[in-house]
Amino acid sequence: MAWFEMSAAPQARKPLEAMWAVCSSCKAHVPHEEWHAALRVCPRCNYHDRLSCRERIELVTDAGSFQELNGRITFADPLKFEDASGPYAAKAKGAVAKTGLNEAIVTGTAKIDSLAVVLGVMDFRFLGGSLGSGTGDRILLAAEEALRTRRPYIIFSASGGARMHEGIVSLMQMARTCAAIAKLQEAGLPYISVLTDPTTGGVSASYAMVGDINISEPRALVGFAGRRVIEQTIKQKLPDDFQTAEYVLEHGFIDHIVERKAMKAFLANTLRYAGVK
Amino acid sequence: MSDIDFSKSLTPWQIVQVARTAGRPLIQDYISGMCSDFVELHGDRAFGDDRGMIGGFATIGGERVMLIGHQKGKNVEDNIKANFGMANPEGYRKAMRLMKLAEKFHLPVVALVDTPGAYPGLEAEARGQAEAIARNLTVMATLRTPYVIVVTGEGGSGGALGIAVGDVVLMLQYAVYSVISPEGCASILWRDGKKAPEAAAAMKITADSLLKLGIIDEILLEPAGAAHSDPKAMVKTVKAAVLKRVKELKALPGDELTARRYAKLRRMGSATLANG
Repeated sequence: MAWFEMSAAPQARKPLEAMWAVCSSCKAHVPHEEWHAALRVCPRCNYHDRLSCRERIELVTDAGSFQELNGRITFADPLKFEDASGPYAAKAKGAVAKTGLNEAIVTGTAKIDSLAVVLGVMDFRFLGGSLGSGTGDRILLAAEEALRTRRPYIIFSASGGARMHEGIVSLMQMARTCAAIAKLQEAGLPYISVLTDPTTGGVSASYAMVGDINISEPRALVGFAGRRVIEQTIKQKLPDDFQTAEYVLEHGFIDHIVERKAMKAFLANTLRYAGVK
Repeated sequence: MSDIDFSKSLTPWQIVQVARTAGRPLIQDYISGMCSDFVELHGDRAFGDDRGMIGGFATIGGERVMLIGHQKGKNVEDNIKANFGMANPEGYRKAMRLMKLAEKFHLPVVALVDTPGAYPGLEAEARGQAEAIARNLTVMATLRTPYVIVVTGEGGSGGALGIAVGDVVLMLQYAVYSVISPEGCASILWRDGKKAPEAAAAMKITADSLLKLGIIDEILLEPAGAAHSDPKAMVKTVKAAVLKRVKELKALPGDELTARRYAKLRRMGSATLANG
C-alpha cells in the first residue's frame, strides 16, 4: 500500500512511545528496534538506560547458566508501615504483581565466560531498587554462598537507597550486607561491585562502594545525598556532571567506566586477574 | 519543649524534640563526666581533622578504652566548627583509624552516637562520603575488639550507623534512631514536611520500639524531666552501663566476639533469618 493510500491508518494513531524509545537523559527519539539492538544505550548521548535484572543477567552471563537462589524470599513489613498513600504492604504487593519479582534484587549462581560466580542484580523497577530486609537477606545469603563455594561475588546495584517503609530495619541492611561482604574480604575472595544508574543513598554507602573493584556504566548517577538536599544545604547550584560515574571516577572512588557491550568481557578479564579459574 | 509533661508517656514527635533539645548532654559532657583521662587523637592522616567526629584514648572507671563519637557544639560558634554534629568523610575515616588502633592495642571501642546525619555537601560527596561510611561498616563488622554503642541523642541514618555497628547497642530513653529524619520522610512519603509527627510515629524511631524490633539491646532510663534536666545523673547512668558491657565483652576471645557479632547482624532486621 502506497503512503497516499493510507487513510488514518491505525498505526498512525499509536502513541509515540509505541514507535520510539525516548532517551531519558537527552530526550532523543530512537526507533525501538535500534534502541534494543544497542542494548538500550542511547546512540546520541551514550546514556545507558536502566535494565531489568533479567535483561542484565542475559547480557553478562553464559546462556542458561544462571540459577536463582532464595527466590522465595520476599519483602517483610516489620513496622506495619502506612503513609499518606496507604499501607506499605499493599504497595509492595503491587510491585510484586507489576514486576514479577519478589524483591529488588535477584541473586544466584552463574557462569561468566565459563568462570563460576555468585551474582546479584538489582532491579530499579521494584520499589526504586530500595534496600529492604528481603533485599538484605538475599544479598547476605548470596555472599554466604560465595564463601561456602569459594566463588567470586559480583553485585550490580541500581537503587535509590534505603527503603523508608521499613524504617530502621532498612538501615540495618547496610550493616548486614557489609558484614557479609567483609567475610569475603577476610577469606580472600574477589568481590566486584558494578554501580549502574542510579546507585545512591544507603546502597552507595554500603555494599556498592566497597568492591575490590568498583566499576560503573557511562553517565550513571552515583552519589550519597540527593542533589536537592545538597543544594538546599549549601545554597549553591551544583555542577551538571556532579554525581555522575565520570565525576566519581575523577574523584577516585571507582576503578573504571565500562560500556555495556564490553561489560561481560571486562568482568571475565578482571576475574582472571583475581586468580579465578 | 516547655509544654512536654514528662509524667505522661511522650509521643514519638515529642521525643524527637527532647532528643534535639539544647542542654542535653553532649560528648563533651560524657568525656568530662565519665572519663578520668582522655587523650584526643586527631586527624584521618589523609585530609584533615573533622570536629564533627572526635575520639581518643579514654579511661572509664579504670577501664582503658577508645572513645569515639559525634560532636555537636555547645554554642553557635562551636556548632559551626563541629558542623552541627554532621561529620564529613574525614570524620568517618578518622573514626576508622581509631577503630583499627583500638584493635591493635586491644582496647574496647565505646561509640557515642548523636548526629542529624552525615553531612550532605558538595565537598563531602567529592571526598567520598558514601565510601567512608561503607568502609567503616565492613571494618566494624570484623573488628576483633569489643564494640559498645550508646545512642545518646539523634541517631541520624547512615551518619549514625557509620560508627554504630558493634556488639551491643544501648539507647537513652528519649533518644531517637532512624533511617531518615521525620521531616525528610514526611516530605517524601507525605509530600509535606509538616507531617513530621506522623512520620515520626510511623517509622518507629523511639527506644521502646527499637528494643521490640531487636535493633537495640537496652534502654537507659533518663532522670526525671529527661537528660537535660540532670546531665550529671544521665552521665552516671551511661558510665555504669558502658562499664558493665565493656567488662562482659572483654572476657570473650576475639574469634568468639566476631562470630557472635556476625550472628547478631545476620538475625537483626532479617525478613527470614529470625531464628537462623
